[in-house]
Amino acid sequence: MYELTINGKKHKLDVDGTMPLLWVLRDVVGLTGTKFGCGKSLCGACTVHLDGTPVRSCIAPISSVAGKSITTIEGLSPNGDHPVQKAWLEENVPQCGYCQAGQIMSAAALLEQNKNPSDSDIDLAMSGNMCRCGTYYRIRKAIKRAAELGRGGTR
Amino acid sequence: MTRPDFEEVLSVLYPDPDGGDRGVASTTEAMDRRTFLRISSVAGGGLLIAVSLPGCKSGQGDDKTAGNKDKNDKNTPTPVESEPLPTEPFEANAFVEIKPDNSATITVAKSEMGQGVRTTLAMIIAEELDLDWSKVVPQTAPTNPKKYGRQTTGGSASVRTGWKPLREAGARARAMLVAAAAQKLQVDAKSLKTDNGHVIHADSGRKLTYGSLTEIAAEQSVPETVVLKDAKEFKLLGKEHIGIDAADIVQGKATYGIDIRMPNMLFASIERTPVFGGKVKSFKADAAFTVAGVKKVVEVPATGPMANVHSGVAVIAETTWAAMQGRAKLDIQWDQGPHAKESSAGYRTAMERFVGGKGKELVNRLGNPDKVLAKAKGVVRARYDVPFIAHSTMEPMNCTAEVKGDRCLIRGPIQTPDLAPGPVGKALGIPPENVEVQISLLGGGFGRRLNLDYVVEAALVAKHVDVPVQVVWTREDDMTHDFYRPMAMHAIEASLDKDGYPEAWRHRMTTPAIRATIDPNAKDHGVSESNGASDMLYRVPNRSCEYTYLPSGVTRGWWRAVHTTHTTFAVESFIDELAEKAGKDPYEYRMHLIDELTVDRPKPNKEFPWDPARLKGVLKLAAEKAGWGKTMPKGRAMGIACGIDHLSYAAVVIELSTASGKPLIHRVVCAADCGPVLNPNGGRAQLEGGLVQGLSAALKEKITIVGGRVQQNNFDSYSILRINEAPTVIETHFANTDAHPTGLGEPSVPPTAPALANAIYRATGKRPRSLPIDLAIL
Ligand code: FES
Ligand code: FES
Repeated sequence: MYELTINGKKHKLDVDGTMPLLWVLRDVVGLTGTKFGCGKSLCGACTVHLDGTPVRSCIAPISSVAGKSITTIEGLSPNGDHPVQKAWLEENVPQCGYCQAGQIMSAAALLEQNKNPSDSDIDLAMSGNMCRCGTYYRIRKAIKRAAELGRGGTR
Repeated sequence: MTRPDFEEVLSVLYPDPDGGDRGVASTTEAMDRRTFLRISSVAGGGLLIAVSLPGCKSGQGDDKTAGNKDKNDKNTPTPVESEPLPTEPFEANAFVEIKPDNSATITVAKSEMGQGVRTTLAMIIAEELDLDWSKVVPQTAPTNPKKYGRQTTGGSASVRTGWKPLREAGARARAMLVAAAAQKLQVDAKSLKTDNGHVIHADSGRKLTYGSLTEIAAEQSVPETVVLKDAKEFKLLGKEHIGIDAADIVQGKATYGIDIRMPNMLFASIERTPVFGGKVKSFKADAAFTVAGVKKVVEVPATGPMANVHSGVAVIAETTWAAMQGRAKLDIQWDQGPHAKESSAGYRTAMERFVGGKGKELVNRLGNPDKVLAKAKGVVRARYDVPFIAHSTMEPMNCTAEVKGDRCLIRGPIQTPDLAPGPVGKALGIPPENVEVQISLLGGGFGRRLNLDYVVEAALVAKHVDVPVQVVWTREDDMTHDFYRPMAMHAIEASLDKDGYPEAWRHRMTTPAIRATIDPNAKDHGVSESNGASDMLYRVPNRSCEYTYLPSGVTRGWWRAVHTTHTTFAVESFIDELAEKAGKDPYEYRMHLIDELTVDRPKPNKEFPWDPARLKGVLKLAAEKAGWGKTMPKGRAMGIACGIDHLSYAAVVIELSTASGKPLIHRVVCAADCGPVLNPNGGRAQLEGGLVQGLSAALKEKITIVGGRVQQNNFDSYSILRINEAPTVIETHFANTDAHPTGLGEPSVPPTAPALANAIYRATGKRPRSLPIDLAIL
């Protein structure tokens, strides 16, 4: 039995301790916003926040996150109005959209640490998140826009 | 460059099981019916407008049906008269429901995989209907083969084929709402206007919402003909719009195939033959059952070439993770099959031999290139090659199936829902009409999901239990059991006349043709596979294209832009080499040589003849925007290339420098001509995505075969362009011609690799002729 907080809600989970957080979220808790892409920490599709830090949930056994607080894309903001989500819509970033939950979680974590990221800060924070549809150009623009929104800027 | 050949292939391979209206023969008849529309009231007081769109199989790019269409259709400056109303039968696949509160739902039964098809098609109908776009709610199409018609999405055909029927449906429905308002207000319909979901009587200042007119509107007769809007009157089309699903996506609410959840469902993971064509000899499953949650272990039979399901063993469990863990404990003995000795090196040796001599198929010829080349001095020769590459959609293959008695429900991320019932029914031994298919969003397609292997396979697993089963492929499964863009090798020889322009051009190429994967008896592969080479538009008085088929056990498929991903690389690199030899500017050289096609086009398309002016148009636009010809510091250079793909035209200029042995891309400029641009924001996104995917293939991607199996299995051994490697400046421009609208999902891909290679040559003097580009040569 593992206890953890997911999007502010406490959960008691009776699962095998080796089961990665990704599959607990998707198949046990029923939160499918976090995506499976590679299972090996190579693509970033499964990114969630663990006590505020971005982690790849596909390689985090549930036993290693017991007692911690997890935020998934579903819990990033109550109404989908996190600056990153707003900027993502303004720049019309998603194509197929499958990678975008991971991209958004990585971007939100970056902006938490760095209110005004440079291109190389963005490269560093985001190079673990692949996008097969090739939305990188817009992701970069949207992160800069989100930084602006986060600083209270408007257009 | 011609119409997407998979339309034809799929229609051959998946004919309608009843010989009904999905077959090729009846396609012509379907075209005659043109627009299909039904308008009725719905319970609760709404108005339902149902439209039947031709699917890509009835492809208007198909030469078989070309004669049915009015030539004027190509030019869309309206107002135009609509077609007369069709007769039965009727299969709707787009629906608009106007509700009493004046909101509207739009359902488009097309597979959305990031290309924005649902947004664009909804915009087209909303435009003619004058709907209030802010009150339009998109709905994911509940797919039902009986209720919905052709839904296959691919080959950039959706907009091309939906353009006219949707506009006419919108205009007819609008006319009925106007007639309803005229009746209610007791005025002449001619005195009424529509705007933003309202009918307006300007003289009296009275204004009625569509929602208040639904009941009376449903009683009006459907007008025989209507006048469509002039492009100048468009309020939605041509304007900036974000994706219809974007708000759900950024909140993690969008449902992809892998997110489908049903009561009591189980999950499965399958160990498939690692060698193409191998089979399970025997297996022991005892250890798998030691994993908690494992319910059942079943063998999956190979289906052979059509669905191409691989032989394997499936572990069915309560969670995906348990299924994967159980699978890891299987003990399987394999029969390696006939392809176990094949390798990329072996293919290469054969390919070199093939292109070193006369090809087995002469695709086309003009004049006598053999004779001219035999006599010429200073023949220019070059050989280009590309490897197999994988689709690697970010959402791995998956499909959910439920089999109950002689019925089957399929739910998943499917590009060809209307084609699935045939092969699924056949595999299960049930009538195809008992197979229901529901589509979800697709986490990427790029052509991978045109194949139905993962769908049929899910049904074959689900039949062993009485609850729904979701088969989830791991990334390793997905990468080692893809339908790969074929390896290809091209050898081109040319001689130049005294002015430096080609007088003879002989192109010899070889591939393991795509079509043979699903139809081993198919012949004349050169006709399709040489698309982009045999029909290139450079004027050469003596030219030929020869093709040789290379047999291979590797499953091949359509990868974004298909054949032109390699033919355009070869042609556009070689024309640069000729310009160099002639001492001419590569842009001017191309502009001088692009001309009407005078050699036989292998797949003529009367409706969409190649237009050299459009190709020159995009080349000129890209060169101008990029500042072609400006002086640049040493080590910095531009490369240019152009091409036609899926009936759209594109040119790309790449500006780079090569510091520290690596190309640093400063800027990518792309110009495209797809006729009018219906959704510029979405259109730009498609071009940007194609450029990035094209660069990824040009710089990084390679699948190699050893011992009949794929060597790469995840993103560590098969890398894809990441954000730190992607260009930070991408500029896209549209020619905005008034041609019939065509797609934007593919045309920016083919010119990208040659533009990059040409830029590298101009910066370094070293010419890359193999993809992915070996940076060690720099
Ligand atoms: S699924 Fe976790 S990084 Fe790819
Ligand atoms: S939007 Fe499709 S993978 Fe990123």
